[in-house]
Amino acid sequence: MQHFYFDHNATTPVDPEVLETAVSCLGQVYGNASSIHHFGQAAKQRLEAARRQVAALINASAAQIVFTSGGTEADNLAILGVTRASAAAHKHVITCAIEHPAVISPAKQLAGEGVEITCLRVASSGVVSPDDIRRALRPDTVLVSIMHANNELGTLQPIAEIAQIVHQAGVALHVDGVQALGKVPVDMEALGVDLYSMSGHKLYAPKGVGALYVRKGTRLAPISYGGHHERDRRPGTENVPGIAAFGAAAELAGRRMTEDSERLATLRDRLENAVLDHVPGTGVNGSRWNRVPNTSNLYFDGIDGEAMVIALDLRGFAVSTGAACSSGALSPSHVLKAIGLTDERARASMRFSLGRANTTAQVDALIEAIGASVAHLRRISVHA
Amino acid sequence: MPEQPIAVAMSGGVDSSAVAAMLVRQGRTVVGMTMQLWNQRRLPELAVEGGAGRCCSLDDVYDARRVAEQIGIPYYVVNFERQFEEQVIKPFVDEYLAGRTPIPCTLCNNYIKFDRFLEMADSVGAHYMATGHYARVRFDAAAGRYQLLRAVDESKDQTYFLFGLTQAQLARTLFPLGGLNKPEVRDIARSMDLAVASKGDSQEICFVPNGDYAAFMDAYLAEKGVTVERTSGEIVTTEGRTLGRHEGVHHFTVGQRKGLGIATGEPLYVIATDPSSQRVTVGGNDDLLCSRFVAKEVNWISTAGVATGATLRAQVKIRNKHAAAPATLCATTGADRVEVRFDDAQRAITPGQGAVFYDADIVLGGGWIE
Repeated sequence: MQHFYFDHNATTPVDPEVLETAVSCLGQVYGNASSIHHFGQAAKQRLEAARRQVAALINASAAQIVFTSGGTEADNLAILGVTRASAAAHKHVITCAIEHPAVISPAKQLAGEGVEITCLRVASSGVVSPDDIRRALRPDTVLVSIMHANNELGTLQPIAEIAQIVHQAGVALHVDGVQALGKVPVDMEALGVDLYSMSGHKLYAPKGVGALYVRKGTRLAPISYGGHHERDRRPGTENVPGIAAFGAAAELAGRRMTEDSERLATLRDRLENAVLDHVPGTGVNGSRWNRVPNTSNLYFDGIDGEAMVIALDLRGFAVSTGAACSSGALSPSHVLKAIGLTDERARASMRFSLGRANTTAQVDALIEAIGASVAHLRRISVHA
Repeated sequence: MPEQPIAVAMSGGVDSSAVAAMLVRQGRTVVGMTMQLWNQRRLPELAVEGGAGRCCSLDDVYDARRVAEQIGIPYYVVNFERQFEEQVIKPFVDEYLAGRTPIPCTLCNNYIKFDRFLEMADSVGAHYMATGHYARVRFDAAAGRYQLLRAVDESKDQTYFLFGLTQAQLARTLFPLGGLNKPEVRDIARSMDLAVASKGDSQEICFVPNGDYAAFMDAYLAEKGVTVERTSGEIVTTEGRTLGRHEGVHHFTVGQRKGLGIATGEPLYVIATDPSSQRVTVGGNDDLLCSRFVAKEVNWISTAGVATGATLRAQVKIRNKHAAAPATLCATTGADRVEVRFDDAQRAITPGQGAVFYDADIVLGGGWIE
């Protein structure tokens, strides 16, 4: 049976062009980027070239990019690093209810250390209100952390507007950009954020590599110790093949963004409209506007999302009920609950996230499989 | 999809692994699923060294996934934690607080394994489900009913926990191990080189580490913020003499000898517990003997039941390790309430436990001891 992949927000396949970079680097560039000799220099060159490539994608300068092991580490470094760098006796951090656990968990960790956390609610659109942020800011606020694109809904937050408000208060803004990078234009100058988290494997690069953009002048305490790598911000021998691949993926994303996003938005809307038109009891979770082009989160009333994921998988279609990291959890998605869905509807929701390799024919086949699965599941649940 | 698959409930143990492997070897299309029923990270104070033999551990899921990979079947973990807590854990706790001794495995079979799991089987297009239970199902054409029969290997027979199964459930259930004994099952697992071939057997109540249900109760109630109203009471003899005090009736079960904290010449046993007065009654072994009780919520399987005013001869089992004893079943007010009269008095007939009626190998039905 053929299997088709519609779960690109969980992770993406490595692009063949990126794979070539990773493999050649893995095979040939084995020096330690900190070594003085020829081999070390070769590695260092690849490292810095990748840094420039990633910086270029977000209109930043290379010196502002700190490579990490991935998005989670970038989020942790930003939140723990900025907050712990402040010497103030009372500290306050603002975040919102639909953030990824990689943001919420370090914030909880800080709460245990005596930092006050404000977790803002979001509207049913899945968008946080800049006014709420304005009202939540206090003299002791040291950091605001708001995601760029939500991983489950795809909704985009008004980052530029939020940045203005936060900066007027003299506070640092961290943005988890993992799900936005490569899907929409990301410009550090236009957005005006202080820290921006990125992940390679959501961008057709391999797992295990990410980066944190840190605006010049932002104070950041390290969260691990052991060397002077990455300008004293992230110790440890650099994962050069992974980073080189991330660089290649960033360059590719920049080149393909317009074409990809137009094509994916067309496919996503084709999927969404077909489902909404032909399958009763369905709807879109979160705003249909201001979304990344590849994501659709739909509810199917009366359906158990977990069962439908399995049913679709057995028909050859890979989709998910929400974040890969939280599937199998006892409570339904915290994001869907935060935008006001009942537990029942949250459990009846599914995320479809498209990517470069998806074709119109695949989407049409998925539409048919969704129709058949929903009909089957509703038929059997009548007597359940 | 090709041929209708069979959904196999895989626990990560040798029995259900062997079931999945046997069905694959027979050329059937199989989907493996492990039910995630309880989060081991809850109630960390109950953590045991190594954590072996506990249900739904990451190790069990790992093992099940490994077997599924070995035999080349699709495999999923399905999460029924919410339903398990509602329909198994909470009734279990409530029963203990009410002074009875529940059997969660039966509730789990009735409401989770042969209900939610079957629904999930439906969802993936599977008409049949298969488990690693030691029991047999047979269709009795004359009576037009599915019969439940004891396993051929009597030492492994699990029909005691399956008395709640309905005709609709039995019609869709396969017990491929019912005709085998455990060494044969291990041989099958070994011959197919399954990773779990020599794994140990699981313990009885999967979510209670080391069988210490009182510790589980305390931890669960503490997590829920429930304070049990009166947590102490008297220990009295059958004649009403006070021997000492205890810290909650839910720490005691009928027939219990250890943990009374009383030194007497002759061995004392718990005869009864009464949550309303918080009184635990103790007595000698003879005080535990009783020859009749009422079974409620009786589910009839291989027969339609006892007609009002009629009686039925059967062998009745009042706990898992009890040797079924001859008795007469008498209908009471309804088909789902049956009075059981043993030919000879039986020891420690415990409210909350199941009573299962057999006619030789055939399970007639069963209910809960009132």
